[in-house]
Amino acid sequence: MTTLDQLQPGQMAKIVRIDGFDGIASRLREMGFVPGQSVQFLRSAPLGDPLKCSVQGSRIAVRCGEARRVYIEPIAEPALVS
Amino acid sequence: MASSANPTLPSAGTTVAKVTSRVALVGNPNTGKSTLFNALAGMNVRTGNYAGVTIEKKIGRCDLGGSDSSGDRRVIDLVDLPGTYSLAPRSPDELVAVEVLTGDVESESPIDVIVCVVNATVLQRNLFLVSQVLELGKPTIIALNMIDTADARGFVIDVDQLSKNLGVPVVCTSASRRTGIADLKSAIRGELEQADSESVQMSKRDRPLPSEFYEVCDELRSELVSRACTTESLSQRAAAESVLPDQYLIERMLLDRGGEAERRAVRSLGAAVLPAISAAREKLAEKVGDPIDMECSARYSWAARSLQDVVSTKLAKPRNATDWLDAVLTHRVVGLVCFFAMMFLIFQCIYSFSSYPMDAIEYGTGLVSDWVTAIVPPGMLRSLLVDGVIAGVGGVLIFLPQIALLFFFLALLEDCGYMARAAFLVDRVMTLFGLSGKSFLPMMSSFACAVPGVMATRVIENRRDRFATIMVAPLMSCSARLPVYLLLIGAFIPSASYVGGFMSTQALVLMAMYLVGVVVAIPVAWLLKRTLLRGEVAPFVLELPEYKVPSASVLFSRVWEASKAFVVRAGTMIFAASIVIWFAGFWPGDHSRQFEIERELERLESIQVAASESPASELAAEPEIVTESPELDEIAAKIETLEAEHRVLSASLLENSALGHIGHVIAPVVKPLGWDWRIGVGAVASFPAREVIIATLGTIYSLGGDVDEEDEGLMSALRASKWPDGRPVFTVPVALSIMVFFALCAQCVSTLLVIKRETNSWFWPVLSFSYMTVLAYFGAMLTYQVGTRFF
Repeated sequence: MTTLDQLQPGQMAKIVRIDGFDGIASRLREMGFVPGQSVQFLRSAPLGDPLKCSVQGSRIAVRCGEARRVYIEPIAEPALVS
Repeated sequence: MASSANPTLPSAGTTVAKVTSRVALVGNPNTGKSTLFNALAGMNVRTGNYAGVTIEKKIGRCDLGGSDSSGDRRVIDLVDLPGTYSLAPRSPDELVAVEVLTGDVESESPIDVIVCVVNATVLQRNLFLVSQVLELGKPTIIALNMIDTADARGFVIDVDQLSKNLGVPVVCTSASRRTGIADLKSAIRGELEQADSESVQMSKRDRPLPSEFYEVCDELRSELVSRACTTESLSQRAAAESVLPDQYLIERMLLDRGGEAERRAVRSLGAAVLPAISAAREKLAEKVGDPIDMECSARYSWAARSLQDVVSTKLAKPRNATDWLDAVLTHRVVGLVCFFAMMFLIFQCIYSFSSYPMDAIEYGTGLVSDWVTAIVPPGMLRSLLVDGVIAGVGGVLIFLPQIALLFFFLALLEDCGYMARAAFLVDRVMTLFGLSGKSFLPMMSSFACAVPGVMATRVIENRRDRFATIMVAPLMSCSARLPVYLLLIGAFIPSASYVGGFMSTQALVLMAMYLVGVVVAIPVAWLLKRTLLRGEVAPFVLELPEYKVPSASVLFSRVWEASKAFVVRAGTMIFAASIVIWFAGFWPGDHSRQFEIERELERLESIQVAASESPASELAAEPEIVTESPELDEIAAKIETLEAEHRVLSASLLENSALGHIGHVIAPVVKPLGWDWRIGVGAVASFPAREVIIATLGTIYSLGGDVDEEDEGLMSALRASKWPDGRPVFTVPVALSIMVFFALCAQCVSTLLVIKRETNSWFWPVLSFSYMTVLAYFGAMLTYQVGTRFF
């Protein structure tokens, strides 16, 4: 198990859990980062931060700091569109 | 545009419009909610704020058309709430949004129907909010927006099935193409009529959260009631119940640790409720696990259940236009190049396109001024109208085209989806100064005017980031500073050019002035984030919406609103300031000789004009002119003498006026900046609004108020002004020092008032005024002292 910021561009993963119960963890959950969902890392901004990923069909930018709170299980094959 | 949606109030026809109901629009950001709102309400919109908090509400009138059983037209008030991902109130602002929906805002009648706008392309994510909206127990309609995009992307959505699963009407709309609007209206009508005809017991919908949760909720509710009342008397029990928040807020109290619902319960019922809440949470955790985790997974599995047999895809996930564009626009190198090119292009367009309408406004102001001069005889009234009102307001209105253009471009970038990318691109750099990528849009807006810039900080959820951005936004060089720069650069900076005329010293100085604010903002923000606004780095989670073709109605309404606000500001605040300044410069003092000279001058000038317009052949036929023609030279000489006397007289009247006295008091203070008392007065006079400086300088340099930055008269008067010892007042360092002062100072009452409103405290406007004035003073002093070493 690793965290979202460790993925390679284009790589997909399955969300395992989100660390913490504060405002930002809730915001991540509301925006679709929930256990069981698949997430794809798309690219990082020009200076390496923030990161752009795709979850539940929408594109979300998160900073590395937030991405480190998203625990994931990388998957080799692209997941089915939910 | 929007003619079909424009309500006709009162109707020209036989039926009478009646406003009976309130309909709220809620939805995630980027669902096309604003476009839908505009499509429904047309231009009949007003914005307002809920007292005490900064949440902005838009209210529009919408005519649902047709007539109901009593023969009346049905007209509704449409309330547009800010886009939100969830109805879990974490801040007072979010709480207001929830209270509007639950009907807990005392000053307003409750919402009758909720229209939940969802983005058909990210349906599952959007259903999270829908599940919360449905729990409010109000009549609800789902507007399945952007259905055309979903269709193009290959999604097939079974609307009937979705409606059946959710238990509410679902209407397909495409707000940008204006399809489905009529269907939505009739759906709203249907819900309203149903609510009219029967007091509906909301049908029990499929509740998303586990039944244990609702049980614990009910227990908490009765626990709170029994704590609130000491006796078992029924009447007291009823009173205690009425103090309790809506059922939905009790649910939120249980779910959101440290959330706003909990804080409000403590405020209204006392800290004693906290143990009851924690006990309930513990009980809930025992039964179903942590409340937050439970809520999220329950809502998302509810969403998945609701979408069963609803969505299918024709295509295997196609790479869409947004991904293609993003590959370019958010690329490490190409993306940044595009970013800078776009910013440059915007500023270029603002300057090149605005000159024509600006000339037109200037011409119009001149016409009004001439017209007033022609019908009002010289005297106090004319002076007030021409030098005070027209000069003051006209000098400000001239910036309307630039402001409208800047707003147009900002709205364009935002509506097409690029602004979020800009925030994504610059976030890393902005974090170095303690700001975030989300501060980018407010700071860009502040280049037009800090007022909308400060208001645009609402997109930043984190309080510290938001306040830091508010504090530095007024440092961005707004359009009100431009006339000051243009006047002084035009008068004192030599127009030498380099690189084959591509770069000129004048343009370089202008650019430097724009940079001063940006450069100073960096350490200010950095310092604030380490002192008053210290705290952890705020999180950054931002949705990058699909690129889309901007909606004309949204662009138009944004530009319209900004322009209207600007004109109102020029029409009220600047108007008032102009009159006050005019009065302070006029009183005390005996102006009778001044007006006498003006009357005499006008008489002589009209003779001069009449003489020059009459062809020589006609002169013979007009003896009275013939007799005067030899005196033409004499008249010209007399005019010159009178004008000189007028100048001297005006200057001495001004020097002995209230304004002049103030000037002499502050003269020692502004001396280190290289300023004389007149510049000092100008700076003091323009504390309400920077634009006033031009009119004030005009008055002070005894040319009347009707001068602007293009006026050769004011420029040459500035160049000609001397210290008592004969040295010129204005030198290059003095001009630079004035410009730096105006670049850094907080001379704008509107901005300070908006800061007060947005921060809900006087501390922040006072702080921003003080720190900026100190910065401006020392910046100007440094500029002058260093400048004199070189020039």
